[in-house]
Amino acid sequence: MDQLLQTLKDGIAIGSLYALIALGYTMVYGILKFINFAHSDVVVLGAWLSLLFARKLEAVTGWGAPPWWAGALVLILAMAACALAGFCIERLAYKPIRGAPRLNVLITAIGVSLFLQNMGQQEWMFGTRPANIPALVNDATLFTVGRVNFTLLDAAGVGTALALMVGLEWLVFHTKIGRGMRAVSHSTATASLMGVPVNRVISTTFVIGSALAAAGGFLWALKYSQIKQTADTSWTLLGLKAFVAAVVGGIGNVRGAMLGGLAIGMLEMFGAAYLWSSMTDVYVFGLLIAVLLLRPGGILGKAVVEKV
Amino acid sequence: MNTSAAQLRERSRALAPGVGLSLARGVAPLVACLVLAVALQIAVRPLMGDYAAKLVLDIGVAVILAVSLTIVNGFTGQFSMGHAGFLAVGGYASGAVTYYGSLKVWGSAATHGGLLSGRPMSVDPSTLPLIGSGDLLFVGALLVGGLTAAALGLIVGLPSLRLRGDYLAIVTLGFGEIVRVCIQQTGPVIRTAAEAAQVPAWKLATSVGGALGFTGIPKYTSLFWVWLIAGITIMVAYRLKRSTYGRAFLSIREDEIASEAMGVNTTRYKVWAFVISAFFAGIAGGLFAHTLGVGLSAEAAGFLKSFDIIIMVVLGGLGSVSGAALAAMVVTLLPEWLRGKHVGPVDLSQYRLVIYALALILMMIFRPKGLLGVAELWDRSLWTSLAARLKRLAGGKGGSR
Repeated sequence: MDQLLQTLKDGIAIGSLYALIALGYTMVYGILKFINFAHSDVVVLGAWLSLLFARKLEAVTGWGAPPWWAGALVLILAMAACALAGFCIERLAYKPIRGAPRLNVLITAIGVSLFLQNMGQQEWMFGTRPANIPALVNDATLFTVGRVNFTLLDAAGVGTALALMVGLEWLVFHTKIGRGMRAVSHSTATASLMGVPVNRVISTTFVIGSALAAAGGFLWALKYSQIKQTADTSWTLLGLKAFVAAVVGGIGNVRGAMLGGLAIGMLEMFGAAYLWSSMTDVYVFGLLIAVLLLRPGGILGKAVVEKV
Repeated sequence: MNTSAAQLRERSRALAPGVGLSLARGVAPLVACLVLAVALQIAVRPLMGDYAAKLVLDIGVAVILAVSLTIVNGFTGQFSMGHAGFLAVGGYASGAVTYYGSLKVWGSAATHGGLLSGRPMSVDPSTLPLIGSGDLLFVGALLVGGLTAAALGLIVGLPSLRLRGDYLAIVTLGFGEIVRVCIQQTGPVIRTAAEAAQVPAWKLATSVGGALGFTGIPKYTSLFWVWLIAGITIMVAYRLKRSTYGRAFLSIREDEIASEAMGVNTTRYKVWAFVISAFFAGIAGGLFAHTLGVGLSAEAAGFLKSFDIIIMVVLGGLGSVSGAALAAMVVTLLPEWLRGKHVGPVDLSQYRLVIYALALILMMIFRPKGLLGVAELWDRSLWTSLAARLKRLAGGKGGSR
């Protein structure tokens, strides 16, 4: 029973992270129809920037225990910086090839991803060694069920992810720019004819997606405290799993990404707890292949037939 | 008007090249490859230092990998990102065959190579034959590696090639990861012949080192084998491109729906491209596994390796065999060339992958089809159009256009 509860808790914690990152993939895919391979690297950037900001803050305030606002401030700074990075990536790399064949866009995305990974490895950036982020949240046990502890850190992580997702949901369905996004995602040409500022909408999409990625990176750093070097393969895997989450939920679908994130998190945690723990990647990709074969549109998406 | 079947057959027979000519066309390049590879090993190898020889060898393996990936990514336009998975599978399969084969036959994993391959250190070269008894095992192992990879290519290809571009990329990337994880689960290598004799054959196949890597594989790979196979790979890929298969591949690449409407069985051709490509990647894996100084580990299946190969294919030209080979050469040599180069205080070798990444992005913006596109180095039209362009640039009265 305890194990079940523990696994459930872990699944929700990691699943909400996947969901947060999956949102960025699904938004870009929904609008531009390509996999933004560099998204996972923006997550890494977010994690490392959180680390830098947290260290700076620690040095400036000289805290013994972190004040309550430290985490929020670092999160906001990291999100702002990554939003800027996302904007630049879109303008410099993706905009010049908009409308090019999908393969070319995919290759560009891989190029951007490699660029970010390897720039981050430079000594004057983040270096080639993993680092530890200072504690930003006073971790206390909130309550205990059976032998499972629910800590403040868990609550903060899931809470932040949830708040951001609700915010995005509101943005997409209840604001003007959100309506623009949905219009562009439906048909870029038509939206442009109807007076939707397509460039601005696409830039906004990247900005929001990158900010969410930064939040994902921040929460990841908070959860695991050690941050791996930028070119570490675990980051690419994290990005891939988040993308799988987006596909499983239904690509291009905001709610689907959340659902898919939770599904992947649960699958991983339950697979690790009750089956072989070293094979979690295999379960995730197995699920991807199964979904693509049986229900290519994902759980909430609908299958799209390619027309001539 | 009313041409009967018999007349048609008659006419096509008259047009077909004679047996002698087609035989010569088929065999001549093979013989040329063989002669060049022998010359490389016997005449050129002693002149090179070990370092240069290792570089030339690495280039050869890279050429095989890049050219084989060109069949899928270049000709067929399907974006496979799991090529390293096939490399690793081929490497492990062929490594297991030579290692355990040697244990069973000779009782130890020492090499039994000839002059043309990796030979035992202590033996006087003048007493050796050209091809040693171990080389036969090695060639068999390479074939096993290639076929294992091809079979896997079929298994991966059948379901996933119904998917479109981006999804295929993700699935193949995932496939490479699954291969990596599975290799890490294998058992430790069995060290002695006595132990190996007591263990059933299927168990030997899974005793390939796991997370520690597969060590102790006899080192048969030589310049001769690598460049012979590289030559064959280039030849097969080029002929494939010019065959009906190649035209079907290219038509899928240009427009999948249109080519299906023209009666091309797209799924079938995509699977074929995948299987052929995986076969050569598997053989390259076998060559890699038997190279002196290489530690075969699960990391060979990782996506960093796949990315390396993709970079070669994209930079060289999507669909150009010679372009991929050229890019493989450049991409392999560049880090060596950058080593120790400084611009001011900046150590350039630190920026190797940054340079590749920038090259990829800029290439996609300014020349999306890659350096050569589908053209080959030996296409005359490539050079005439280049000359014309140069002429225009120099202010001449314009080229052929």
